Amino acid sequence: MEHYISLFIKAVFVENMALAFFLGMCTFLALSKKVETAIGLGIAVVVVLAITVPLNNLIYTNLLADGALEWAGLPGVDLSFLGLLSYIGVIAAAVQILEMLLDKYMPALYNALGVFLPLITVNCAIMGASLFMVERDYNFGESVVYGVGAGVGWALAIAALAGIREKLKYSDVPVGLRGLGITFITVGLMSLGFMSFSGVQL
Amino acid sequence: MSEVKKVLFTPIFNNNPIALQILGICSALAVTSSLSVSFVMAIALTMVTAFSNLFISIIRSNIPSSIRIIVQMIIIASLVIVVDQVLKAFAYEISKQLSVFVGLIITNCIVMGRAEAYAMKNGPVMSFIDGIGNGLGYSIMLIIVAFFRELLGAGKLFGVEIFTTVQNGGWYQPNGLMLLPPSAFFVIGLVIWALRAWKSDQVEEADFKIVANSKAQEAL
Repeated sequence: MEHYISLFIKAVFVENMALAFFLGMCTFLALSKKVETAIGLGIAVVVVLAITVPLNNLIYTNLLADGALEWAGLPGVDLSFLGLLSYIGVIAAAVQILEMLLDKYMPALYNALGVFLPLITVNCAIMGASLFMVERDYNFGESVVYGVGAGVGWALAIAALAGIREKLKYSDVPVGLRGLGITFITVGLMSLGFMSFSGVQL
Repeated sequence: MSEVKKVLFTPIFNNNPIALQILGICSALAVTSSLSVSFVMAIALTMVTAFSNLFISIIRSNIPSSIRIIVQMIIIASLVIVVDQVLKAFAYEISKQLSVFVGLIITNCIVMGRAEAYAMKNGPVMSFIDGIGNGLGYSIMLIIVAFFRELLGAGKLFGVEIFTTVQNGGWYQPNGLMLLPPSAFFVIGLVIWALRAWKSDQVEEADFKIVANSKAQEAL
């Protein structure tokens, strides 16, 4: 149990998807002008990560890894080069199915997430989490915890950035830095803050 | 000919994918702590963008619009698998350092964005050139950032010593911060500032203007 908790804390703070690995930056910078949209997007990312990382873990361990096809009578087959193609396929399909299910059974949440759901397919945080999961050889339980943790970390970062930007718009920024430039520098400062977690040993 | 030139060179400074279109930032930040790694990344991305634009543009009139995203994704993913395997075969060390970021070219918005915005509407040759142009815009940004980070962070360029560091009996005290993630944000922010000071039409409108000559007042 302790192992899972420390993995979760590590995924949220120490290895924060957005601020330590720069994943999902495009949406992170483009959609962080309002706290409300940022939180909606954050929730969507948590949900999608919690589904796709374990799903990709199952696909990797049962179909793609070296020797994984032994149950089908093909012990010497290594399909891991197909990984990239299958992860993105799984992500696209999962997002699509999630969208249809939400539309049918939870229209309130569906409306809240709005356009963000389809956008998530091309969010590198989602793909990145699956690739990290493979690179670090997480088992199924760990991949569930890691998926949720990575999502929560990303959501936390975008909500915090949106909060700062809402206040920042009243400040008098040098002309050339307005908009994107000052946002980059703000995120740099936030990332510096999050680096203080890197001394935490878990 | 001027059309070709325009498509090829506009993305480099006038419509830079990173500085203006906000595309493909993730990898730009993560791989730039060393110049040789970012050079490989830049070449890989330029290749993928150019060829995905080419192939998508060739079959563009046969793609039903409802499944076009999936079709584009499959083409891009296949190209990235080729790049990934080539790197693993010929530049294993660098491919280890790039770790997941080669795979993340698939979700790099530059590739997808150009496929959607340009290759779906234009002929194969022009799309290919557009891919190269945007790849170059990305590469230039990557190389500028990596140049400063490696030079100031380790005193080296392409692993060759430029400033002799204090540890080796020289004078340069390396700035370790430049090798850490936050500095990538600062460098890109400053590059954007420089670029916008030069091309002032890229400056964004302020959301909120302070009224001129208003008296300072206690906030309530």
